[in-house]
Amino acid sequence: MLILDLVQPDSIEDAYKTLIKRKSNTVLGGCAFLRMSSKRIGTAIDLSKLNLNFIQERDDYIETGAMATLRDIETNPVFNQYFCGVLPKSISNIIGVQFRNVATVGASVFSKYGFSDLLTALLVLDTEVELYNGGSMLLEKFLDKSYEKDILTRVLIPKKDRKAAYQSLRNSASDYPILNVAVSNINNDWLIAVGARPLRAKIARKASDVLSQETLNVEKIEYAANKAAEELSFGTNTRGTAEYRKAICKVLVKRAITEVLQCK
Amino acid sequence: MPKRIIHLTVNGNPIVVRVDEHRTLLYLIREVLGLKGTKEGCGEGECGACTVLLDGLAVNSCLVLAVQAEGKELLTIEGLGTEENLHPLQKAFINEGAIQCGYCTPGMLLAAKALMDKTLNPSEEEIRRGLSGNLCRCTGYQKIVEAIQRVASEE
Repeated sequence: MLILDLVQPDSIEDAYKTLIKRKSNTVLGGCAFLRMSSKRIGTAIDLSKLNLNFIQERDDYIETGAMATLRDIETNPVFNQYFCGVLPKSISNIIGVQFRNVATVGASVFSKYGFSDLLTALLVLDTEVELYNGGSMLLEKFLDKSYEKDILTRVLIPKKDRKAAYQSLRNSASDYPILNVAVSNINNDWLIAVGARPLRAKIARKASDVLSQETLNVEKIEYAANKAAEELSFGTNTRGTAEYRKAICKVLVKRAITEVLQCK
Repeated sequence: MPKRIIHLTVNGNPIVVRVDEHRTLLYLIREVLGLKGTKEGCGEGECGACTVLLDGLAVNSCLVLAVQAEGKELLTIEGLGTEENLHPLQKAFINEGAIQCGYCTPGMLLAAKALMDKTLNPSEEEIRRGLSGNLCRCTGYQKIVEAIQRVASEE
């Protein structure tokens, strides 16, 4: 990656102005992919002076600043307490502690990486994102939108009593996932999300509805898992074929539903 | 390429240094400050050979821009102990045979220090998790884990 110039703005307004000034201007995030790209950046924008590295528990939601690191999420007592600890669990296999001390929540969400562990888990928690220019919207909607230059400032998770679980399959512990799945439930309102397909994470709506409308038993869980694998599309890359991912999807969804049922 | 003057504390010594804005902390450490103990392995954040502590947190110095170290405390392997007075982790690595080629050792030691600064008596699983970002192609990790366990038990 070639950086021609670097700024560390003192305000989000200045950061945004710089961002939209030229096509090649880019927000740096945590720099986790600093060395894995041949991208030429005109002005690199480092947000580290904007005090966005926070996690705060509010009355109705948990607010996470864009510059909070993945390690902050992993070690934060609030996230370990809520949602059966699904967020810390989802990111605990990403490379190593030192990498998670660098990678940020904002960059992980804004970049919409297909392989993201965090996005899949966030999707089943009714998460909202706040963009400086684009305003607030549900993460699900944000993921469906086409790319626009903007700065993600906060991630907001409603403090509902969602029980949640995360499952992934990897070739080795710290590798990218071949497939990942998150499932959550509150008052029989189920959500199933599948990521690393290798397309970006998506909620399996029909399968989620199946779970929400039925009295659960082993057959219904099996049916919902199959439904999730049927309604979503899967692709092939070096880590696995579409057929393999589809087969694995059924297994991971079933495991995650069972885990949610056991979560207290 | 624009340069910037940054202030930071390196191994306990405050310094002021001029560095290209696009350079990494690893470049600053090795090429500007001449502290060659910090190694470059993959250069992409995967191997942990370049691990240093920045304000007490282990980071891949290949993924941090030098300018982001402004005002912070940096600890490299040169600041962990001296030849006359090795850090307990360094002694344990030697005594337990946790070093072979030695390339990963500085990163391993600093990752271990970051872990033990937070967790006084880590379990084997906590140690293995704490070191999961550091790759070693020689030792098979067992001796490294044992060395850290030994320090934990002595403390």
